[in-house]
Amino acid sequence: MSSTVADGAAPQRAPAAIISERALFWRRFRRHKLAMAGLVVTLLLYLIALLAEPIAPFDPDHGNARLVYHPPQAIHWFDDGGFHPYVVAYRLARDPATLAATYVPDPHREVYLGVWVKGDPYTMWGLFSGTHHLFGPVDTRQPVFLLGADRLGRDMLSRIVFGARASLSIGLVGVTFSLLLGIIFGGISGYFGGRIDWAVQRVIEFIISLPTIPIWLALAAALPKSWSPLTTYFCITLIISLIAWTELARVVRGRFLAIRSEAYVTAAWLDGCSQARIIFRHMLPSLTSHIIASVTLAIPMMILAETALSFLGLGLQPPAISWGALLKEAQDVNSLAEAPWLLVPGAAVAITVLALNFFGDGLRDAADPHGL
Amino acid sequence: MASSPPQIDTPIDTPLEVRNLRTVFRLGGGDVLAAVDDVSFTLQRGRTLCIVGESGSGKSMTARSIMRIVGPPGRIADGQILYRAQPDRPAIDIAKLHPRGSAMRAIRGRDIAMIFQEPMTSLSPIHRIGWQIGEPLLAHGLANRKAAHRRAIELLRQVDIPDPEAAVDRYPFEFSGGMRQRAMIAMALACGPKVLIADEPTTALDVTTQAEVLRLIKRLQTENGLAVLFITHDMGVVAQIADDVLVMYQGQVVERGSVETIFHAPEHPYTKRLLDSSKKLGMAAPPARPTVAATARTLLQVRDVALTYPAQATLFRKARPPTPAVRDVGFDLYEGENLGIVGESGSGKTTLGNCLIRVLTATAGQINYRRRDGAEVDLVTLDRPALRLVHRDIRMVFQDPFASLNPRMTVEQVIGEPLLVNGIMSGTALSRRVGELLAQVGLPRDAGQRYPHAFSGGQRQRIVIARALALNPRLIIADEPTSALDVTLRGQILDLLLELQRSLGLSFVLISHDLGVIRYFCNRIAVMYRGQIVEIGPADDICFRPREAYTQALLAAVPEADPRRRNLLHEPQPEGPP
Repeated sequence: MSSTVADGAAPQRAPAAIISERALFWRRFRRHKLAMAGLVVTLLLYLIALLAEPIAPFDPDHGNARLVYHPPQAIHWFDDGGFHPYVVAYRLARDPATLAATYVPDPHREVYLGVWVKGDPYTMWGLFSGTHHLFGPVDTRQPVFLLGADRLGRDMLSRIVFGARASLSIGLVGVTFSLLLGIIFGGISGYFGGRIDWAVQRVIEFIISLPTIPIWLALAAALPKSWSPLTTYFCITLIISLIAWTELARVVRGRFLAIRSEAYVTAAWLDGCSQARIIFRHMLPSLTSHIIASVTLAIPMMILAETALSFLGLGLQPPAISWGALLKEAQDVNSLAEAPWLLVPGAAVAITVLALNFFGDGLRDAADPHGL
Repeated sequence: MASSPPQIDTPIDTPLEVRNLRTVFRLGGGDVLAAVDDVSFTLQRGRTLCIVGESGSGKSMTARSIMRIVGPPGRIADGQILYRAQPDRPAIDIAKLHPRGSAMRAIRGRDIAMIFQEPMTSLSPIHRIGWQIGEPLLAHGLANRKAAHRRAIELLRQVDIPDPEAAVDRYPFEFSGGMRQRAMIAMALACGPKVLIADEPTTALDVTTQAEVLRLIKRLQTENGLAVLFITHDMGVVAQIADDVLVMYQGQVVERGSVETIFHAPEHPYTKRLLDSSKKLGMAAPPARPTVAATARTLLQVRDVALTYPAQATLFRKARPPTPAVRDVGFDLYEGENLGIVGESGSGKTTLGNCLIRVLTATAGQINYRRRDGAEVDLVTLDRPALRLVHRDIRMVFQDPFASLNPRMTVEQVIGEPLLVNGIMSGTALSRRVGELLAQVGLPRDAGQRYPHAFSGGQRQRIVIARALALNPRLIIADEPTSALDVTLRGQILDLLLELQRSLGLSFVLISHDLGVIRYFCNRIAVMYRGQIVEIGPADDICFRPREAYTQALLAAVPEADPRRRNLLHEPQPEGPP
């Protein structure tokens, strides 16, 4: 009958016709303000980890026995009516009563700071060598401790910046391991179902039921002390991800099960698609956004695990620097009372974990706007 | 006439009056969408006003605005909703109340009650039926717990639930869909409301259950003098239950009048189109089914097919005897013929359709398919490589046009997939073929570059049909291809399928719960009930000379789209009027 209307009463849709699912995903994500902030902070943190050498003002291993537990110095931005950032230098003094050594500000000595100044020499990524740092004291011989110094007089700020490298990358590398295991086992479990699914799920439940910390401790303690920091690093990552893959496997399985019953998958089967094509062409693209979201939420778990292990002294060993290893310094109550700034790496961990969690939540909401 | 309102002392008692209601939704970028645009009407005591319209017409949003349950970003931008508890009392403007304020809460549920479409989700699964019915009484402080329990039993009796003393302590999952909807109605009536808003209350129900629920609503209205606002998209239901009708289109009222004028003297072209579309698929309209040549050979021979899901014994429970989803099904399908399978939900019609194309494997019986070369193969036992060849000939059109298209593939990729994976064509040849197919189903050729979400329901179903056609099939199994679509689109999609049948020489197995659709489209009809075919025969025999009692009951429950022939509202009598 009514050939006048192409499609009945349906009003003409907006011209947003060629927008792909991916573009829609990004559009939904951008609406999530907190997640955008999380993304920016995360990117910034990874940038810092990548360019640790020029960003850190000093060599993180360069100590000074005369500057043990030097307190943090506040930056003063203006001097003589102009923009001249400086810090007030401290000098060592003895308390007349207790004879304990304390640092007191020396208001007459100002240490001026500059951007892109010459400082400790370094070699970045084993490739480029340089001497310039993003910022630092204009006079190389003057020490500046924006976040204080540790028990060997090393700059905490520089050590935190370098620690980001191990802590953040362990998250990425560990998640990659977990993701491989998770997609393989979760995919098998969800796609084939039945007995295979049952078996995989029972194995996962067994692994989840294991008490994590003792297992980590046992495995980490079994690593020979003689191994190089790099080998230890990879083994620690592997140990952490051996437990963490189970969560990802469950997410992947759940999505596979949900999508398997979608009519378009049946349609693909009826079109004559092979099993591999159904999985990789028809199912996986719908899964990627969910997987990315779960991965993002798994990274903070990895970072926390590494922090916990290193804090207990079983993770990365000095001279390797990670946030967990730095926090280990804060274990001693006496040194903590004397130098509370030893806890600052904990703040770095918290910021990172929060940023990644916000980012991951946003991704998940964008991937599944009607989901839980 | 059965629908004449009961005589009331006051000349006109209008508990609810809506004036120039405008409900808007804030979209991104400062745009505003008026879901309800300048709508006015009055509800009168003892009368039923039907709002009819297609999806997106704003009919549900009107009801939700009255209940003040429009969630952000939607809000009432303008207009008045005047509620009068008594004719001589001053009216309260609901539109001015705070949606979560105590004044609104006092009205909602006590004076104005609402029943929803989905009886599955509108009852809480974790509370007993009686508790849920008593809840509004407690919330409004009209009864204590004991009295509420007594009242719940009484209400369940009123809505014809058998053994109300026992039913009051049951959980919703123990009730069938129809019983749940009755319980919903009992809950709505608990506080003795003046106004009842029913938002598509029978859409999710089978036709026989729908007839019972409509009768119930009508009876309760007469008994309690309710003003009913009934929202539906089904012109048949409107003809059966309405006193007055409001036709909505894109948020606006396009026509209003008594049910008699709307059906027999409609003025607005949209009303006419709605009526034409529903009449076209009505039982009195001329069918459009194809003619089958007397020499036509069989295409499909189905013999004693059964599908039984194995019962699984668990640690705590012995295996129950397995229940067959389909049993003893047998029929022949001829070339160029359309066979309709009709039945209510749970009758096994979809399972049977899935068996025919081997999405599910029948556990017994044979499905012999005669290939193009004349050889017969049994689809039940065929191995995958041979099945792939058969799947080029037998294709499927799915019910939900939203779920059956991969959202991450462009339309061209979706339609081209069967051609690509079967190695028939690729590259520019494929693009050209997809363009042809799109033109064949009435879509622009350049639609291929877009993603499915850019299309409306009817357009998506055309895409699904194009995909089914890509491999030049001989048989298409269409499982409820029109039930997710608006009524004006149903006829169009069926006509498209018939036109394709004429030009391409197809056969169809059409699965539907809608006898009108089946009768319009099919040469023969198989009626399924509890997994079995209870009756099979030529379409007109089944529709006008049914032999089996179940078929007769099914036909009697189809609402006639004519207010002069109300077949549902009087209780079925054994003798029956002539």
